[in-house]
Amino acid sequence: MSSHDTPVVAKSQAQFEYDRHHNAVHMRKQVINFAIMIFLTFIAFAVVAAGFSKYFIAPFVLLLAGVQVVLQLYAFMHLEDKKNTLRWCYWILYVDGDFNRIYILLSIFNDYLVVIPKKACSLLDAETCFFRFLNSVKCW
Amino acid sequence: MDYNTKFTPHTWPDHPEQATMEGKNKVVGFWIFLACEVVLFASLFATYLALKNKGPAGMEFTTQGLFELPLAFAMTMLLLTSSLTSVYAIYHMRNFNYKGMQTWLAITLLLGLGFLALEIYEFQHYVHLGFTFNQSAFATSFYTLVGTHGFHVSLGLVWITTLLIRNAKRGLNLYNAPKFFVAALYWHFIDVVWVFIFTVVYLMGVIG
Repeated sequence: MSSHDTPVVAKSQAQFEYDRHHNAVHMRKQVINFAIMIFLTFIAFAVVAAGFSKYFIAPFVLLLAGVQVVLQLYAFMHLEDKKNTLRWCYWILYVDGDFNRIYILLSIFNDYLVVIPKKACSLLDAETCFFRFLNSVKCW
Repeated sequence: MDYNTKFTPHTWPDHPEQATMEGKNKVVGFWIFLACEVVLFASLFATYLALKNKGPAGMEFTTQGLFELPLAFAMTMLLLTSSLTSVYAIYHMRNFNYKGMQTWLAITLLLGLGFLALEIYEFQHYVHLGFTFNQSAFATSFYTLVGTHGFHVSLGLVWITTLLIRNAKRGLNLYNAPKFFVAALYWHFIDVVWVFIFTVVYLMGVIG
């Protein structure tokens, strides 16, 4: 698919209003996520300021940081958008010894493990091959 | 369809940043770039943790003596809020509201500038105390880690400013939508790194 293949589709008024509403609801969720992040940050600073034992504080604030990062990745960095197409999409690339082949060994799509037969292409075309593969499974 | 095709709110795609092959590839490529950035910061964090409070015998500077929570808290609030404002910018981009996107990106820039100003003030304060880059292994690792993050913030500010200026009169289309999208992704990544910096460097530094 190239940019020239992207169709321009005019939405009906009902679809347009539905999409706007959906976006607004999504944005409200983002604000809630932000409020949670601010709350977690406040707790982390408060725990340190309160002077609890450092053996409690260190793992606790690291845990809070981990939760914040997951929220950032999932909500703000749009990883949740993937769930409508593919819930999970992992792939493992293997470059052979001579660096002239890239094999996509296996992927996990929608919680099902799929073993992809060796998909080889020359290094010159590796990038195109890689992106074509991703697009063919509607991963991105 | 040409990249510069004019759209209306009714014809604007739901995910304009990935409506073209170039847009899709840009997003995938950018995630790969961010993965490389993770490796860079992981090595800087490891170096900092190994050299924390290490220096010449009798060194007076320690994390407990140097770091102040109120300043770190203010910097954190500025950067976290700037992450939300960039989410608002992308929200308006998806609604084909160019003015709204520009406004929220401008607010993001202001918050980022505020963060940078506080970081510069902090570094200047430490240098004034004698805690310079060459003072100790601890100082070098601290300035390298936090300074690299500050450099990324500066780069993000220049990037978003340039995007806003270059596209000021163009309006939204499938050419620039992916550019704004990946710039917002970059800004969130900067925030993710800062979450670990305020936790590992400042909070865990204050408790020793």
